[in-house]
Amino acid sequence: MSYAMVAITILWTFLFGYLVVASIDFGAGFFSFYSVLTGHRNKIHNIIQRYLSPVWEVTNVFLIFFVVGLVGFFPDAAFYYGTALLVPGSLALVLLAIRGAYYAYHTYGSQTETRTNKVYMALYGATGLLIPAALSTILAISEGGIIDKDNGKVVLHWYSFFTNPYTWSVIILALVSVLYISAMFLTYYAQRAGDEVAFGIVRGYALAWSGPTILASLFAFFQINHQNPVHFQNMLHMAWMFIASFLCFCIAAYLVWKKVKLGLAFVMVVLQFAFAWYGYGRSHLPYILYDYIHVHESITNDTMAVALITAFVLGLCVLIPSLILLMRLFLFDANYIRGKSAKRG
Amino acid sequence: MSSLDPVLMSRILTGLTLFVHIVLATIGVGIPIMLALAEWRGIRTGDDHYTLLARRWARGYVITVAVGVVTGTAIGLQLSLLWPTFMRVAGKAIALPLFMETFAFFVEAIFLGIYLYTWDRFKNKSTHLLLLIPVAIGSSASAFFITSMNAFMNQPQGFELVDGVFTNVNPFVAMFNPATPTKVSHVLASAFTTSAGVLASIAAFSLLKGSTHVYFKKALKLTVVSAFVFAVATVAIGDFSGKFLAKYQPEKLAAAEWHFETMTRAPLIYGGILDENHEVKYALKIPYALSILAGNNPATKVIGLNEFPEDERPPLSVHYYFDLKVTIGALLVLIPLLYLFRRKLPGKKPYPKWLLLSIVALGPLAMSAIWLGWFLAEIGRQPWIVRGYMKVADAATTSTSVGWMLLLFIVLYLVLSVSAIRVLSQLFRNKSAEEEIRALGLEIEGEDRA
Repeated sequence: MSYAMVAITILWTFLFGYLVVASIDFGAGFFSFYSVLTGHRNKIHNIIQRYLSPVWEVTNVFLIFFVVGLVGFFPDAAFYYGTALLVPGSLALVLLAIRGAYYAYHTYGSQTETRTNKVYMALYGATGLLIPAALSTILAISEGGIIDKDNGKVVLHWYSFFTNPYTWSVIILALVSVLYISAMFLTYYAQRAGDEVAFGIVRGYALAWSGPTILASLFAFFQINHQNPVHFQNMLHMAWMFIASFLCFCIAAYLVWKKVKLGLAFVMVVLQFAFAWYGYGRSHLPYILYDYIHVHESITNDTMAVALITAFVLGLCVLIPSLILLMRLFLFDANYIRGKSAKRG
Repeated sequence: MSSLDPVLMSRILTGLTLFVHIVLATIGVGIPIMLALAEWRGIRTGDDHYTLLARRWARGYVITVAVGVVTGTAIGLQLSLLWPTFMRVAGKAIALPLFMETFAFFVEAIFLGIYLYTWDRFKNKSTHLLLLIPVAIGSSASAFFITSMNAFMNQPQGFELVDGVFTNVNPFVAMFNPATPTKVSHVLASAFTTSAGVLASIAAFSLLKGSTHVYFKKALKLTVVSAFVFAVATVAIGDFSGKFLAKYQPEKLAAAEWHFETMTRAPLIYGGILDENHEVKYALKIPYALSILAGNNPATKVIGLNEFPEDERPPLSVHYYFDLKVTIGALLVLIPLLYLFRRKLPGKKPYPKWLLLSIVALGPLAMSAIWLGWFLAEIGRQPWIVRGYMKVADAATTSTSVGWMLLLFIVLYLVLSVSAIRVLSQLFRNKSAEEEIRALGLEIEGEDRA
């Protein structure tokens, strides 16, 4: 495998990690808000807060990691995406900032004012949908035809961006997937916590969002044909990955329906998205941005690539044990999940 | 808005983000050390007041870290959004530390999360304290990586420029450039000083408001003594930085000192104003001091600004940043020193009001010194973004929307800062230390009025 392929695989994997972890976070924020609106607050709010509190910082880091890694391995990406995405990127940043800061103010600050709590919940719920919508458009842009080079200046064509059905199909897919992944995870988590009431509600969400997920996936899948026929043909060459993704979906939905093996069900959800994600990514190659950023031409020099890959491997040696520790203490510690052990500070 | 110069707007927006981020990053690097000191003292002496101190600091700290994650994400992305050409060209030589920083921060975030939620979870109290080691290593390593990138912008090396492309790259030579040792140590020491100073301010503020509990006196002692030690180290390292500049980046030192003619026995100019003929007026001139600063010897030859073409000289306003910063640095040593000799001072009270007021000023003073030092470092590098290779004007985005984005971020940072200050002050007002000490049964007989 060339350095370029190693690099793009690493980056794609980190983006996949972000997709899963952030979806749980974004969706949980939305469900939390929704539960306040519908008066279910007391039933599911606690379980969501308990999971989110210790792990939220980790989510953002996945995104930063991807961005920094992308411009490190493929410096041209900084030039094209950086110039073209100034406005949408800044807007996404503002949303991320509001979400992160107000989450911390709410969770770590003193919780006395109920009014601000409602405002906070609304911000948290709304950003939970707006951020994935904003970020997903970058995938739509990467198909080409929206970023152009005009007299050496990089420009983004807003009109063709917003009037493009593919853009919207990606946004819808992102929103639905966020809710689906999150509900599936919370179903598993609620069951581990032995919280029957919460379990009933989040399981309902999970089943309700599974149908739309598949429909949105199909819609986006066929829209690619319009936007970028070459990419679509490549996808058909690796059709087995998308079929495998669908099978995983069926198993996950069945298990949740039957209320058995929910841990396995969530693993199936992850696999469902992994197959689709890597299938899409592999067929997208060799372009990172169609016509402009080509993995083999835009890759940084060999020395830097080797240094970055080495740093990545060493970093993982530190990171994976730390993540396992974090998960053992909070995600898989029955006492913590059930709220028996001591709270923060 | 869209007619404004994207280069200037990009500079202002980057500066704005860093202006906010540098506060949080500094606290982020320094507070873990203070937490460790307090918790370690608590365990060693069995005095639970220190443990409570660490616990209360940690509660505020996590909020600053959270907002720091937010501003850190902003600057991480803005590097590419505002400086796409810089990242494209220089990234080929210096992407490594930026990439490694994310790992370091990742480790810090994970262990900080664990630390906050496990105060009573381990049987052995030291286990909880040990969690701070990866937090401190992570935050200090973050500072190291980011500062080494900044050092590279001042002292670029480890590559060859061929047809506008950085080739024949050695990322480690780029990272460990001559500016790295002094810059990194100065950043770390000043972060420790500032964090201790901010915490000292809080303790002194409580005493000034009339709290008499011994808890605050212990807090004051721990923080002011730490601030003293760190401040002395910072000043010593600052001296090395001056010598480094004289040797490697003479135009920055010359601009900071309004030193135009290359000469030996160069005087140090403090304050003053500059007329249109570059004559210094109303300044305090200390004979030989600049030569001594540059090389520990009055005979040291100090290179003057006239050796550099006019379009490659930094703005002369950096002189004031330098002078102010040095003045504050001296105060940061002096105020804690007065505290240490408080029993020898005239007057009967061990905690006179003027002393407490000066200690309250420690935090804001130290933070101002951080800002000034950063202005000096960055503005003193102008017009270069990578010294000698790429000018700032050629590195910025060509997008015409930067002005609007600047407006957007001004509003964002204002809102975030105001609410952060509100949340932090509420946090400590709603649950005062005295109440908590009583609730936890930590009242020690006969000691609480000591």
